[in-house]
Amino acid sequence: MFQLFRRFAGPYLFQIVVGPACKLIEVLFDLLTPLVIARMIDAAVAARDVDALLRYGVLLAGMAVVGICFTLVCQKMAALASQGMGTAIRGALFEHVNELSYAELDRFGTPSLITRITNDVNQVQLAIALGIRQLIRWPFLAVGSMVAALLIDVELGVIFLEATPLIGFVFWFVMARCVPYFRQMQQKLDRIGLITREGLSGVRVVRAFVREEHERERFAEAAREQAATAIAAGRLSSTLNPVTFLVMNLAVCAILWRGGVRVDAGGFTQGQVVAFVNYMTQTLLSIVYVANLVVVFTRASASAARVNEVLRCVPGIADEATAPVDLSAVAAGADEALALRLDGATFSYPDAAAPAVEDVSLELRCGGTLGVIGGTGSGKSTLVSLLPRLYDATAGAVEVMGVDVRSWPLDQLRRAVSIVPQKAELVSGTIRSNLLWRDVEADDAELWSALEAAQAGEFVRALPDGLDAHVEAGGANFSGGQRQRLTIARALVGAPEVLILDDSSSALDFKTDAALRAAVRGLARAATTRSGLPLTCVIVSQRVSSVRDADRICVMSHGRAVGLGPHAQLMEGCGLYREICASQLSEAEMAAVGAGAPAAEPRRPGCCATEGDECRDA
Amino acid sequence: MPNPYASTGSVATVAASVSGNDSLNDFGGGPEGSSRDSRVPRMGARQVVRRLLGYVGPHRISLVVSFAASVASICLQLYVPILIGRGIDCILGPGEVDFDALAGVLAMLAAVVVAAAVTQWLQGYCVNRLACETARDLRLAASAKLSRVPVSVIDGHAHGDLISRVVNDVDQVGDGLLQGLTQLFSGVVTIVGTLGFMLATSAPMALVVVLVTPLSVFAATAIAKCSNRSFTEQQRIQGGLGAYIEEYVGVQRLVAACAYGERSRAGFDALNAELYAVGERAQFLSSLSNPGTRFINNIIYAVVAVLGCLGVITGFPARLTVGEVQVFLSYANQYTKPFNEVTGVIAQIQTAFASARRVFALLDASEVAPDAPGAPELADPRGAVAFEHVDFSYVAHRPLLRDICIEAEPGARVALVGPTGCGKTTLINLLLRFYDVDAGVLRVDGRPVGEYARASLRRSFGMVLQESWLFEGTVHDNIAYGRPEATRAQVEEAARRARADAFIRALPQGYDTVLPEGGGSLSQGQRQLLCIARVMLTDPAVLLLDEATSSIDTRTELQVQAAFDELMRDRTSFVVAHRLSTVRDADCILVMRDGRIVERGRHEELLAADGAYAALYRSQFA
Repeated sequence: MFQLFRRFAGPYLFQIVVGPACKLIEVLFDLLTPLVIARMIDAAVAARDVDALLRYGVLLAGMAVVGICFTLVCQKMAALASQGMGTAIRGALFEHVNELSYAELDRFGTPSLITRITNDVNQVQLAIALGIRQLIRWPFLAVGSMVAALLIDVELGVIFLEATPLIGFVFWFVMARCVPYFRQMQQKLDRIGLITREGLSGVRVVRAFVREEHERERFAEAAREQAATAIAAGRLSSTLNPVTFLVMNLAVCAILWRGGVRVDAGGFTQGQVVAFVNYMTQTLLSIVYVANLVVVFTRASASAARVNEVLRCVPGIADEATAPVDLSAVAAGADEALALRLDGATFSYPDAAAPAVEDVSLELRCGGTLGVIGGTGSGKSTLVSLLPRLYDATAGAVEVMGVDVRSWPLDQLRRAVSIVPQKAELVSGTIRSNLLWRDVEADDAELWSALEAAQAGEFVRALPDGLDAHVEAGGANFSGGQRQRLTIARALVGAPEVLILDDSSSALDFKTDAALRAAVRGLARAATTRSGLPLTCVIVSQRVSSVRDADRICVMSHGRAVGLGPHAQLMEGCGLYREICASQLSEAEMAAVGAGAPAAEPRRPGCCATEGDECRDA
Repeated sequence: MPNPYASTGSVATVAASVSGNDSLNDFGGGPEGSSRDSRVPRMGARQVVRRLLGYVGPHRISLVVSFAASVASICLQLYVPILIGRGIDCILGPGEVDFDALAGVLAMLAAVVVAAAVTQWLQGYCVNRLACETARDLRLAASAKLSRVPVSVIDGHAHGDLISRVVNDVDQVGDGLLQGLTQLFSGVVTIVGTLGFMLATSAPMALVVVLVTPLSVFAATAIAKCSNRSFTEQQRIQGGLGAYIEEYVGVQRLVAACAYGERSRAGFDALNAELYAVGERAQFLSSLSNPGTRFINNIIYAVVAVLGCLGVITGFPARLTVGEVQVFLSYANQYTKPFNEVTGVIAQIQTAFASARRVFALLDASEVAPDAPGAPELADPRGAVAFEHVDFSYVAHRPLLRDICIEAEPGARVALVGPTGCGKTTLINLLLRFYDVDAGVLRVDGRPVGEYARASLRRSFGMVLQESWLFEGTVHDNIAYGRPEATRAQVEEAARRARADAFIRALPQGYDTVLPEGGGSLSQGQRQLLCIARVMLTDPAVLLLDEATSSIDTRTELQVQAAFDELMRDRTSFVVAHRLSTVRDADCILVMRDGRIVERGRHEELLAADGAYAALYRSQFA
């Protein structure tokens, strides 16, 4: 909380000082009110002086008016400062999240980052507002009442010094015992949610196995436990108000009795007793508010810590390059130039037992195609993420166009190396606005040619609004296959030098997938990039058919490249590759390609094309 | 890792997608907030309360005690200022203190305070107990309901929404409605009680208080009205900003990969600035409500003080003692409090009412018709399955299956292929009676399925779906789900036959390893093997495999396939698959399109016929 305050309070120092100062004046008037009433009773009533009485009345009203004026100033200051700081924190947080690398994004997780930017910042903002508005008011009122009482009479004031800590103790005692209950309650509520969720997602299994009764009993047990905990927590927490009330009024009893003794002895007045009673009420009510503030601030400081954690997190991938990479020099010797080079590249996720990518070395010429194949979790995606520096290799070298990726300006690198992630993601807007992500200046002709290459031209043309067709959040109004083709088109806009398809045609049927690859090959030959370099392509896939025609295929297993070479060579020398092929290709086909010839009569068990995306498009 | 083949419609998505905006989407009488269903009248507030009372009924002792305690506690609390006032009146001046009377008053005061505290605690405890127990009963009813509704209701609703009804809405009803209503009740009691005590003390002064206090209420409502407007606006912008954050942080990896950060930040900053302007205004206006009412109360305080003291001096507007003035000063504050709080409480009750309606709408959902009395058990099933001219649709005017005829001898393997949404998985829904046929007959062992007792029918089927379903519990319990009485040896045997034994033994606690919801770190293939073991253990007569291997990669599939072959031996089986390896060996392949069977036969026959199947088969290749 303090760190956030130090960093963001600067521009609002004026509001932060003036706000509470104004509040202080209102509190002072509040404190004076019982005194004025006491004077009213002792001076005006005792002397039966109606004029004096009215004067005191006007004084009270005047104090109220001045008080509200100062309070208004304070509230305005609080609104300005808290909203201003909240806005600044939110902006800083969003900006910082933008700079985080994949590694940090993984660590925090998307839902957590979203809560931090929205909820946590709101909590902090609320705490700042309450801080300005009330942090002064209630403690000052409590302490002030006590001081005022002590000023009137020290002996009677002692009762305050006894009652106040007692209330504080009661609060601490009850709350400390309630908190674990509340936590348990929440856990048990979560369990009810879990059981409900399981019952819904498994409704067919539950009913097929005729276990409805069992599930109902499981739920009932959880519900009963939750209710029992909640009742126990309630039994405890409902003591808070009665005990406060009890202590407060017993203290009043004490004041009346001792006050009576003092008045009887002389030197103390009836009005002062009344003032004492009023101060007592004010003190104890203030303490209740202070306790509430403590709760708000505890919650806010937890939020602030979560916000700070993000802000303090140093992006693992720093943009240190000073000069852009000169691609024309590379283009001059394009035929010989290496587009990609990995030398002993290794990457471990933080806290992971084994590296996700281990000691991978490979080279690919400009204009070449690299296939990456392997089972689930073999490190394929992680390997290609090293190329646009989404992750930094923990050991070894990664070079693009002969330049270490760390020496590229980050923006330039990511414009040059265009990756299509596994998950097809679109944001709300139009098809055009989504396609312009990599290059704002691209014209329609360029967009259309990207769409054609991505095999998306046809369905986009069929939309009434074409490029301006509306896209819902997440691209929900498009089918999986359409989304994938749009994201591929987006990657092609801006004419990147390297295109990485990270298992990004999984929702396409074989035919479309093949047409896509043919189009990409066409682009590679046409040397359409701005620097004049031919397009280099990396295809990650689980399908043998997608990578079979690549210049080189890298076979991944447990993070290692266990095979590297063209298809025919791997069929000879790589056991795992043969196994993968065996699971996807027919025997005849295996034999055929094994002999280096194209498959004559392919018998590939696989997706019924009509079950895939095409029929959904129709 | 998504499987490389387009994942085709799981049972649930098929049903959900067809149920778009038709009556399935409402619980047959659940009107809550669904604008598309205006035919059903909204459940009135009185109706909600009456139904709620039905659940409160069993706990009426808590309710009665809490109301009684509330009245007692408030009256006692209100009596306190009077006693304090009397105490003050015993203290007139030096030598004029009536200690006997004072002692009596104070003893009384102490007794009243203790009694008030006890009743106040009792009231809080009873209300909480009532809320918790009612919430628990509502939850039990909701959960029982969910186990009785047709599968269509569960398919047709977002699970998050149903969960939220069971978890959050029920809580809202407990906390919001019951506590809100009791708060409202005690508010009324406070007002009436204060009024009574004030009238008893001095009628003219009471009149003064009653006349001036509405000022404070007016002030509070005026401020609330002003700030509400900005709040709505703020909420709207906050919603927009939230959606923006959700969307862009969600695709943050893409933003990084496309170097799009600067522009996404520009969009954010614009929204953020807008939020600042509106938020600042909304916060300022809403923060006026406390000081505003406090100001009015201070003025009232001054007026009561002056008039009260005037009464002490002149006897006008009422003859009062100093102690009585003190009484009125405290009452003036107490009297306004419920009025100021009432807006908040009513808002709380309104939210709770909305929640109650949502819960009751769920409870009103139509139920599966119970088995006919004396429905026969399907004992020792042979596994003969016949579809005779079956028609079916999820939605009235969109027929899905038309004139389906299938005859499966015991032990036959029937494969179903065809495009998404052609009705393949629907056949399985019908077999298990998750849905009932519209026309035609579906027979198992010669008798229509509708005639059997549901439980016995379902026990004779074994089912493996595309999505493996594992619940939070041990591996043993997950496998023994269909036969909870199975011994460890039987479970291990089933796991061995499902080729799952080896990896289970490698888990930290073997068969006693507790799996988290959904299976946690197990691979897709391992999860599916557990589901196969589960079916293996129940030894069903008919086996239904719905895309059971589609979320597994091809190498793993080869391993799972062996388990399937073991499972399918000597059983009637229906296989919905898109990988033709499973399909090729079937005794009969049915090719479906648009809800009809367009071709049937063995693999070789169909290829030779060169029809739809052959086209389907060839179309996979570039």
